[in-house]
Amino acid sequence: MSFLDLKNVTKIYPNGTKAVHETSLSIDEGEFMVFVGPSGCGKSTLLRMVAGLEDITEGDINLDGKLMNEVDPSERDVAMVFQNYALYPHMNVYNNLAYGLKNRGIDKETIEQKVNDAAKLLQISDYLQRKPSMLSGGQRQRVAMGRAIVRNPKIFLFDEPLSNLDAKLRIQMRLEIKKLQQKVGVTSIFVTHDQVEAMTLADRLAVINNGIIEQLGTPIEIYDNPKSLFVAGFIGSPQMNFLDGNLKNKTLSAEGFEIKDINTDFDGEVTLGIRPEHLSQSENGLINLKIDLVEQLGSDNLVYGQLKNKKDFCYRCPGNQTIEKGSNLSLNIENNKFYIFDKSTGKRVN
Amino acid sequence: MTRFITSSFSHLILIIGILIMVVPVWMIFASSTHTSSMINMNGLQMFLGDSFYENYLRVLLYQGGFFKEITALKMFFNSFIMASGVAILSVVTSLMAAYALVYYRIKHATLLFWVIFITILVPLELRIFPTYSVMAELNLVNSYFGLIVPISASAIATLFFRQFYKTVPDELLESAKLDGANTWRFFVDFLIPLSKTMIVAMLIFMFVFGYNQYLWPLLVTTSEQYWTVVMGLKMMSGSIVHRFAFVMMSMVPPILIIIVLQKHFIKGVFQDK
Repeated sequence: MSFLDLKNVTKIYPNGTKAVHETSLSIDEGEFMVFVGPSGCGKSTLLRMVAGLEDITEGDINLDGKLMNEVDPSERDVAMVFQNYALYPHMNVYNNLAYGLKNRGIDKETIEQKVNDAAKLLQISDYLQRKPSMLSGGQRQRVAMGRAIVRNPKIFLFDEPLSNLDAKLRIQMRLEIKKLQQKVGVTSIFVTHDQVEAMTLADRLAVINNGIIEQLGTPIEIYDNPKSLFVAGFIGSPQMNFLDGNLKNKTLSAEGFEIKDINTDFDGEVTLGIRPEHLSQSENGLINLKIDLVEQLGSDNLVYGQLKNKKDFCYRCPGNQTIEKGSNLSLNIENNKFYIFDKSTGKRVN
Repeated sequence: MTRFITSSFSHLILIIGILIMVVPVWMIFASSTHTSSMINMNGLQMFLGDSFYENYLRVLLYQGGFFKEITALKMFFNSFIMASGVAILSVVTSLMAAYALVYYRIKHATLLFWVIFITILVPLELRIFPTYSVMAELNLVNSYFGLIVPISASAIATLFFRQFYKTVPDELLESAKLDGANTWRFFVDFLIPLSKTMIVAMLIFMFVFGYNQYLWPLLVTTSEQYWTVVMGLKMMSGSIVHRFAFVMMSMVPPILIIIVLQKHFIKGVFQDK
């Protein structure tokens, strides 16, 4: 049995909404697990069930070998960082950090030691006497993390903690969270709807949709080998291009081109997925793109255009290439990196 | 120039308003420092006389009432006990009632709250006989307890605290729970400190409310020992200057409370966060 075990966990709200369907998941000690999915997919509910803030309708949650279903949140020894930080507005930073320790009956000197250590680690030692209202967004974020760290819990839970920060700070805090987690080595679950955050932070990633884990794996596994149309569309930025097509006798015909000798036995309507970065320009390419718009990011250019049948399409090329608006590009798929999904079920077939 | 005229005009209106409120009080105060014969002959006075100490000391220490058992000093003591009792008891009960209504999973909590709230529509005067008979059965007539308890359940204060608790984000409770706080600790460590300003405001409101009670103390006390200031205003006999002096003194305790607590009071009523 691993450190945290979810077994057929289901959540049905009193009004009948099924938020989480029979989800099973194992997380090892020290692992950084990220739940990613669109809003309302059940990822936060799952996290809150681990924390004990939501009742479990069916299934079991085991933490460190103990069944947690009926254990009060205060006794689970988990720490959570909330989206809006949920700092205690009437207490200064020191007491915000110390409160959880005081409740556990730890003596004053030890508390002081632990709070100071955590404050040093997070570089908030100078603000210990301030109230949360006198701190900036990034500082509040650190205090929220400090409150989690100082308790030395079995597991950290992060509920979209970066979504209230501006873009630059978000990237910085993302790095710091990752570094901190590696340093402290505590098992962590991080919930986000931002796939970049998910990719960068995770040891392993669970892509969740409609209360079901669609795919579980390392970020690269999921990027390279998406098992369903949803995962393929959700992970990767800009989004994967999808084209309608038909598969017959290992030959795919789509949007005016054909690909032969595909390794599959599937016949029928399919969706072809091609990542914008898996394309290259060539003389007689498969895909003809009429360019509408070019986004120059410096390192990359994102080229947006339309195919013959007016379908939107995106191509990513190195930033040093000059591409004219209104011109035509001929593109080939690099190294056969394309994905074919059954149109009716969304399952990968190649 | 036009700005000067409009602002002078608005100042003028404000000054008139202040005068309308202040002058009568000042006249009573000024008159209370003269001798009775002076007032009887010349009417109310605008300027101070020289009988201040004489009049006020006599009022404070005079054995008044039908049985000559009570002094004004004792009345102030009684009123203070009653008003503080009502203030503290009603704030404590409504804090706890609001906590239960908002944070416990009580069935039909909203309905229950409105039932509590409806009691505002039932004034003390309407329930005075049943309330009196309950107090009489409990042998609480002529006691501080009897003066305080029947008017110490405040629907208004419950409303204020309930509305405030509803604005406290759920994450705060969840975060506190994960930090090991039980329901009692959350109440004491979070809700009470967070509603401190509102508690002070409610204390002032309820103190003045308790201090101003007339009908209930009149009914529930038969012994002069429990007379309150407001009852005294009616019962006191004596010369006109002594009555004026008593009226002036009766205003002091509520004003003192407001002056002492006004910093919190203003914060509590206009809570900006």
